[in-house]
Amino acid sequence: MLALFYIFIGVAIGVSFWQITRIMNLRSVIADDHDNDKQGKYFLAFTVFFYAMMIYCLLAMNVLMLPESASIEGEHDDNLFDITFWLIGIVQFIMQFLIFYFTYKYRGRKDRKAKFFADSHQLEIIWTIIPAAVLVVLIGYGLWQWNEVMDLSEEKDAVVIEVYSQQFRWDARYAGEDNTLGLGNVNYIDIDKLNTMGVDMTDPNAQDDKQVTELVLPKGRKVHFKFRSQDVLHSAYMPHFRAQMNCVPGMVTEFGFTPKYTTEEMRLNPEVMDKTNAINKIRKAKGEDPYEFDYLLLCNKICGQAHFNMQMKITVLEQDEYDKWIAARPTLAEVIKK
Amino acid sequence: MSEHHHKETFVTKYIFSQDHKMISKQFLVTGMFMGIIAVLMSMLFRLQLAWPDTSFTIVEAFLGSHQTNGIMDPDIYLALVTIHGTIMVFFVLTAGLSGTFSNLLIPLQIGARDMASGFLNMISYWLFFLSSVVMVISLFVEAGPASAGWTIYPPLSALPQAIPGSGAGMTLWLVSMAIFIASSLIGALNYIVTVLNLRTKGMHMTRLPLTMWAFFITAIIGVVSFPVLLSAALLLIFDRSFGTSFFLSDIFISGEVLHYQGGSPVLFEHLFWFLGHPEVYIVLLPALGITSEVISTNSRKPIFGYRAMILSIMAIAFLSTIVWGHHMFISGMNPFLGSVFTFTTLLIAIPSAVKAFNYLTTLWKGNLQLNPAMLFSIGLVSTFVTGGLTGLVLGDSALDINIHDTYFVVAHFHLVMGVSAIFGMYAGVYHWFPKMYGRMMNKALGYWHFWITIICAYGVFWPMHFIGLAGLPRRYYTNTEFPMFDDLADINVVITLFALVGGVAQLIFLANFFISMYRGPKATQNPWKSNTLEWTTPVEHIHGNWPGKIPEVHRWAYDYSKRVDPDDDDSDFLHGEDFVLQTTPLLEGEEPS
Repeated sequence: MLALFYIFIGVAIGVSFWQITRIMNLRSVIADDHDNDKQGKYFLAFTVFFYAMMIYCLLAMNVLMLPESASIEGEHDDNLFDITFWLIGIVQFIMQFLIFYFTYKYRGRKDRKAKFFADSHQLEIIWTIIPAAVLVVLIGYGLWQWNEVMDLSEEKDAVVIEVYSQQFRWDARYAGEDNTLGLGNVNYIDIDKLNTMGVDMTDPNAQDDKQVTELVLPKGRKVHFKFRSQDVLHSAYMPHFRAQMNCVPGMVTEFGFTPKYTTEEMRLNPEVMDKTNAINKIRKAKGEDPYEFDYLLLCNKICGQAHFNMQMKITVLEQDEYDKWIAARPTLAEVIKK
Repeated sequence: MSEHHHKETFVTKYIFSQDHKMISKQFLVTGMFMGIIAVLMSMLFRLQLAWPDTSFTIVEAFLGSHQTNGIMDPDIYLALVTIHGTIMVFFVLTAGLSGTFSNLLIPLQIGARDMASGFLNMISYWLFFLSSVVMVISLFVEAGPASAGWTIYPPLSALPQAIPGSGAGMTLWLVSMAIFIASSLIGALNYIVTVLNLRTKGMHMTRLPLTMWAFFITAIIGVVSFPVLLSAALLLIFDRSFGTSFFLSDIFISGEVLHYQGGSPVLFEHLFWFLGHPEVYIVLLPALGITSEVISTNSRKPIFGYRAMILSIMAIAFLSTIVWGHHMFISGMNPFLGSVFTFTTLLIAIPSAVKAFNYLTTLWKGNLQLNPAMLFSIGLVSTFVTGGLTGLVLGDSALDINIHDTYFVVAHFHLVMGVSAIFGMYAGVYHWFPKMYGRMMNKALGYWHFWITIICAYGVFWPMHFIGLAGLPRRYYTNTEFPMFDDLADINVVITLFALVGGVAQLIFLANFFISMYRGPKATQNPWKSNTLEWTTPVEHIHGNWPGKIPEVHRWAYDYSKRVDPDDDDSDFLHGEDFVLQTTPLLEGEEPS
């Protein structure tokens, strides 16, 4: 089989070489009317291919997209995205058509004379002002949303969670009863004493902190994330919540959102069910275990060898279930050896 | 002085040449060589992405100790994407594109005998050559070449414990880039001085072809921003080798706390992107300049809105230096800065839109001569629009949160700066090949090359937007660890197939290029019936470009299809033909355009 393949490649190379030498013997080098006509028509054909491809992808790949935002803050992101996407979609469909159509329509002919048209202030002003006006809307909405998302100052009831990254795993630390995280620094790391996140155990705020390997969030309450990294840059990417922030060694970064649906609710979301079914069809064909939807936190900043598999499961529970779950976790004071 | 031919040996003519025309060819051929390496790399990692657990003989053959049974290792995957990016951005699209065409065209189009300093020009090429050699050598070090991404963010790029490529490979990468930047700066200064001082009589700035404006402004952006990357590279070398802490702080790795205190990786990101973003325009503006010239010539029409085009180039150049933070919305910098950078970033859409509309209007009611160069220019306008529009999504900080570093970004920048700039480069080669080698390239092969390339370019990058919107992060060795991405596997296969065909199709270009160089039909003096000065020089290259006096310029570069009666499209051409060389004096009563 492999031999056949090599023979095929050999033949293909031979044929292309022969064709190329044949073509190279053609001496005509500048496009004439015949070429212009042919290439112009090819552009028309390409327009068909291009629009078919664009529309096919837009329709067929819709099911692949992320489901609706699972955080309250992300709703406006989705909104803004839809507005922007419609807008650029319309411009794209019009502009590309004009580019290709003009190429076809005005393909050169000996008897055609180009129009001498060098300038028009009116036109220039029109197509400066229209994009500018549209941008005012996009920038305005975008900045408003950005400030909403990034403003973490007001919530008093927020759950404070530290997300801690290292090559190639995630850990998390809940702030405990006092809702204040104990200080952390790499100098406090002591693997033997199980102080893997470098928490200052002399800090009173640290005693009731709780370290876990999977995130559990309460539905409907603001979660205030603080991110740390112990080695290189990582990025905590939680696509379902429209949330992402880099984890930077030497500093604490922040992000916040309010989960809108529990994991169970999200699994019953029609978009999620469609996607899950599609995935399971593929997995079944390959003989793999079925997939069940879960929120995930992925590393999204190149961080080394196993960057492609640096993930943490996120579960969103109702408040009372969450309370039970968190109560059952041991505190750092109990875990870390003196 | 320059008419007189001094004796040339092989060495002074082909190697240590100070003639801008020869230097431009040296840049082009070196750039193409580096391009072949980078394209091969992309084909290898596309194989990995489409068929992650499959053994490939070609992987075994190329990657040596970095693969097991024909399956590449994760580290070398990261190295491949890193070097692919580095080579493409710097060696192909900066040196290969700007170096080639600035050198070839600046003296020829402004009417100068050579660059302001032929010697520095030669040094600029040889530094580029040296940096290419160092970069190629870095591919062969034992632990593998640099693999922290082309953006080489520390600490990953600073610590060999973090990734093997950050050892000797990274050192060579930094050395290579430092030399590269020196080359680029010397080149840019030379271009600026030449354009400002050596224009022939009558060649006012407002009569320069748009290619000249593009190269001139590009050189200015380069001079402003490249030194900042050099400083970042030097500081990183200090952190890596001399124990300083500019970019590093509080690091625990391989079981020990390192001594670094008080530095910040975010500082590096600022320094890097202060070059990194203008770099996009260093790559793109020359391509747009070439396109302006090629579209105007082949449309047999003046470029529409010449002054608006110059203003847009200037606006883009200015804005490009104050938008770098849009690469860093989620880097942990102050969110207020994010707002400022969103604002400035989206403003770039305005001059970009003006340019796109002006190209479109230039095509309108033209008499389009669909030569291969013209096809690539039209292709550029198309990919520039497609890629530019998605910039409105990414430039908006609120939306960037969720698509940052996904394949949506990869698709966006490949279309808007990768494919567009490569198309500009191809357009330039097809258009000025007769000026470079005195022969013509083959038309039919040019058409094949264009159609396969544009179909594959869209076949690769259009679907890629959607896998990005599905949340797939870039720089993943494989996506199989995430069942949620299982339904994207087929699309990755399709993308890879297009990428492989598109990559192989570039062989058509290479064949055409090298065979035409020796066997192509002899070129005539002005094959495309163009207005600009380079087509008044003899076909055979001579030192000093023009045998006699340098011609004097009497008009702008775009008097195509000028009529006797400006208001009557049916009236005769004013000068009897549909083009008027810049050297033709104004007729009595002729209005300058």
